[in-house]
Amino acid sequence: MPFPRLALRFVALAYLGALLAAPVAMVFWRTFEHGFGDAWAAVTTPAAKHAFLLTIVIALIAVPANTVFGVVCAIAIVRHRFRGKDLVNALVDLPLALSPIVVGLAFLLLYGRGGWLAGLPFDVVFALPGMVLATIFVSLPFVVREVVPVLREIGTEQEQAASTLGAGWWATFRRVTLPSIRWAVAYGVVLTTARSLGEFGAVSVVSGRIVGKTETMTLHVEERFQSFDYVGAYAASVVLALLAIATLVAMSVFKPREGVSNGDRG
Amino acid sequence: MTARAETLPRPAAQSRPGAALAQGLATAYLSLIVLLPLAALVWHARGGGLDAFRTAITEPQAVAALKLTLVASVAVALVNALMGTIVAWVLVRDRFPGQGVVNALIDLPFALPTIVAGLTLLALYGPQGPTPIDIAFSRTAVVLALLFVTLPFVIRTVQPVLIELDREMEEAAASLGATAFQVFRRIVFPNLLPAVLSGVALAFARAIGEFGAVVLISGNLPYKTEIASVYIFGRIESGDPPAAAAVSVVLLLLSFTALLAIGGLRRRVTRHDAVS
Repeated sequence: MPFPRLALRFVALAYLGALLAAPVAMVFWRTFEHGFGDAWAAVTTPAAKHAFLLTIVIALIAVPANTVFGVVCAIAIVRHRFRGKDLVNALVDLPLALSPIVVGLAFLLLYGRGGWLAGLPFDVVFALPGMVLATIFVSLPFVVREVVPVLREIGTEQEQAASTLGAGWWATFRRVTLPSIRWAVAYGVVLTTARSLGEFGAVSVVSGRIVGKTETMTLHVEERFQSFDYVGAYAASVVLALLAIATLVAMSVFKPREGVSNGDRG
Repeated sequence: MTARAETLPRPAAQSRPGAALAQGLATAYLSLIVLLPLAALVWHARGGGLDAFRTAITEPQAVAALKLTLVASVAVALVNALMGTIVAWVLVRDRFPGQGVVNALIDLPFALPTIVAGLTLLALYGPQGPTPIDIAFSRTAVVLALLFVTLPFVIRTVQPVLIELDREMEEAAASLGATAFQVFRRIVFPNLLPAVLSGVALAFARAIGEFGAVVLISGNLPYKTEIASVYIFGRIESGDPPAAAAVSVVLLLLSFTALLAIGGLRRRVTRHDAVS
């Protein structure tokens, strides 16, 4: 039945082209239509460079924090029974479904004027700590969600063997558990990094959007656009799009299946 | 295997300090990062009393924003159910040059910052775009932006099920005289349904809370293209956190509901996997 097959192929590719490929290609074209020089100048202004640096700093704090937490939380979810486990599961998934604006507002109300934790000796809201916390919140689920299924699949036999042979819990984790989950962790780290670099809504609320101070790359894109500097907005977008494409490449390298390829399946 | 494990003394007992540590760390981290801010949000939402809460969420502009968010998200879920299934089918069952690249591109909306997604759509379909189409500042634009960010969900939940699906069943049905449509309706569709629904629920949940992709292209016109996230943002900006918190609690409840539905569907999908 060649006809429906070709028709479906056409429909699918037309949909992807109109929704995904053409718009992204358009931004690349708009960025470079006046030459490479303009685009380069637009992403090397002091504000753009500061935004880029700030985004990297936030990711460098948020990603390791969520990686350590992700592994620990996955072990707690899979290996141990405890009361409130369903609640832990729900809380881990919540950032996937919750509006980033709501996340930002929650931090604003907690640490801002009149909040329960407003009296801290350093600024949280409209400063780096708040932006880091908001980024940690939105990128929290990824490592947990990648590691949990792999931990389930590898089972506990090897870990039990190690501990009957006298290995402590740390040695067991480092020598037995960690090597089997490392690809899942890597995949989760890639997703976490992409989410951290791209966060907009939550950071928009807690940062106060002070140019050259609390402005990240995504905020910079919006601010340039609102100031009618389209080349600046498009050029910064292209930088972020290139990071996204790099993420896709990394994702295809760390596809989760490979993490369990050496494990014995059932 | 289970019987043997039960007769032996549990070696896991040795790893107790690790267990307690993992559990304690995970709980503390989650409480500090997720639970405490959300508790503050709910606290502030009810701070002005139940009447103030009710006034805030029945404000006509808030109602219009919530309604648009819900209607647009339902529309986006339906389009995703259809198009996501078609794309997944083409990626699994069809063969054409460049398929690997197309397959990799599907994840782009996950990796691309939402503000960039909105900007790309505006560049092509906005007033300065090369096409005669100009949908900027319309409800169509809201739906389009939501379709962009939710694109991968249905495709990525249906794809693995379609790969695992035993083609012998379809071949048997076809050899017994079933038409292509009958094979799809009686064999393929029932097998895919839990995965489609699970992807649709994920897309719906994502659409309900979306902000970055919509904020540039929708123009945020009150009563027309203003979605709930943008309304909340506007309330924060104009110094009215209690109203922002009240509408946020409504969105929070919607997210929770969507998550519960996803959890239920995911259990159904896994059970299906375990049987096959």
